[in-house]
Amino acid sequence: MIPLNWYLILGAVLFLLGVLGFFIKRNIIALLLSVEIMLNAVNLTFVAFSSHNGQINGQIFVFFVLVVAAAEAAVGLALVIAMFRNRETLNVDRSNLLKW
Amino acid sequence: MIEYLSSREFLILFAKMITIFGGMMTALAYTTLLERRLMAFVQMRPGPNRVGPFGLLQPLADGLKFLFKEQVVPTSANVLLYYAAPVISLVPALLSFSVIPFGPDLRVADVSVGLLLIFAITSLGVYGIVLGGWASNSKYPMMGAMRSSAQMLSYELSLTLSVVGVLMIANTLSLSSLVQGQQGTWFGFLPKWNIFLQPIGFFVYVFSGVAETNRLPFDLAESEQELVAGWHTEYSGMKFAMFFLAEYANMVTVSALATIMFLGGWNGPAFGPWWLQMALPTFWFLLKIGVFLFFYILVRATIPRVRYDQLMYFGWKVLLPIALANILVTSFLVAIL
Amino acid sequence: MIELLFLLFAAVAVGAAINVLVQKHVLYSSLSLIVLLTAISGLFVLMQAEFLAVINVIVYAGAIMVLFVFVIMLLNLPSDEDGADRLRWLKLAGIPMGLFLLFMVVRTLWNVQSAPAAPELAGTAQAIGASLFTDYLLPFELTSLLILIALMGAVVFAKKDL
Repeated sequence: MIPLNWYLILGAVLFLLGVLGFFIKRNIIALLLSVEIMLNAVNLTFVAFSSHNGQINGQIFVFFVLVVAAAEAAVGLALVIAMFRNRETLNVDRSNLLKW
Repeated sequence: MIEYLSSREFLILFAKMITIFGGMMTALAYTTLLERRLMAFVQMRPGPNRVGPFGLLQPLADGLKFLFKEQVVPTSANVLLYYAAPVISLVPALLSFSVIPFGPDLRVADVSVGLLLIFAITSLGVYGIVLGGWASNSKYPMMGAMRSSAQMLSYELSLTLSVVGVLMIANTLSLSSLVQGQQGTWFGFLPKWNIFLQPIGFFVYVFSGVAETNRLPFDLAESEQELVAGWHTEYSGMKFAMFFLAEYANMVTVSALATIMFLGGWNGPAFGPWWLQMALPTFWFLLKIGVFLFFYILVRATIPRVRYDQLMYFGWKVLLPIALANILVTSFLVAIL
Repeated sequence: MIELLFLLFAAVAVGAAINVLVQKHVLYSSLSLIVLLTAISGLFVLMQAEFLAVINVIVYAGAIMVLFVFVIMLLNLPSDEDGADRLRWLKLAGIPMGLFLLFMVVRTLWNVQSAPAAPELAGTAQAIGASLFTDYLLPFELTSLLILIALMGAVVFAKKDL
């Protein structure tokens, strides 16, 4: 049986990589991918706690996280398509019309 | 770990793996010959019958031809994805054979979620087609890949929903338990197959399976009259052979799942001496898969191709509501009875 | 033996995550994310959550990522330009900061121990279904409503003319 802290540290590393990607990348689709990395790290942590404490609740919550990730990816990509149609670029730095 | 690798249990498992894998690869090679001969008979011509008696060495000749062909790579192709796409297509197709039970103990692994595992693996096979079409950097493969990925994604839904009725009756996801639940007969002569309990589920599954494997009448991804050869236009030699093998392996997987879930798997009358009784379940299983392969090939030879919007209409507005209604009615009946 | 498998899956996961950040073309990032998802499914299987592992592959790697790849190919996006990168010094300063944050998080998590007498959990479909449809029925129905809303929203946003 693998100790719990190994899984938690791996989850933390993946989450931090997702956060780093979210701050560094400028392409919108890359930002969405970084959010997916973060959600996966959270899933891993939930399942680690569920299996080490013997309760099924962690895995049920992973279900809900998966559903929310699917909904968010669908709507996010629809927004990306609408934005690309108007602006011909996916660089978030170029979408600064509201900046004063 | 070394002592596990040299134990008797692992050696038997290894022998089973070699048998199943070797047997399946030979069966896939001969399925190509079966397809060419059967389509030829439907079209009133003999088909390949020169190489060996009745053309039985034709797959060997084809394999040698593929091996010796020149490797042509288009100049503006994305080389990494171009070489990776056939592999991405072939590996999931062959991986599904690891959980299919060919007999009472002729299987590699018995996973408790075996059915979902096969669906997961086949849904990864979409990437081979999509990446193959995109990496070729040419208009026909691109169109074929787009059409095919949308089609496979749509029909995966009705494929997965059509088997929920069987799962509600059998109460298990493991393939071996699904087969064992169909042993025995009713009234002494009618076998306890799920096809008699779930006829609508069976038809939805067969239609979705044919669409999922990109076979006629749903093969717009590689429609020869419109798209030259669809997503594998720019592939030749061994890479094309891998795509080819992946398509047939997918066909055999869909047929194997259909027999396991609806036609009773390896169940069949057992008779004769003990060595015959050990080989008979596998024989019945392969016979039932053969029935489905015949059906696939005869449908390819006779029915014309549907249009793309008709295909999407059929998948979303006809098959999906029918599968959902099947689930509703089945859950109602299972709760009552 | 099981530690070896854990290290293998963990190395693949972290490598794939780093590859998502490093690649210039967003298609390679999506493909690396697919590798990450399969590595995480492997880790789920190691934790006896095999139903979730398979669902992860079917839903995430098999449907959501196909959507991503489809949109990237449809929009025919070029590689990210390496033009005026105003953030270059910020990125270089961010990496030591990120490592420091990682060090603080790992230091906190190093001594976590699970409850010693934990009952064995089987992550089969029966166990998840029994809990999902009795204790968590309301959230389940609400997520189906959420998916319906997301469906309508995606159709409306991507339409050319309303």
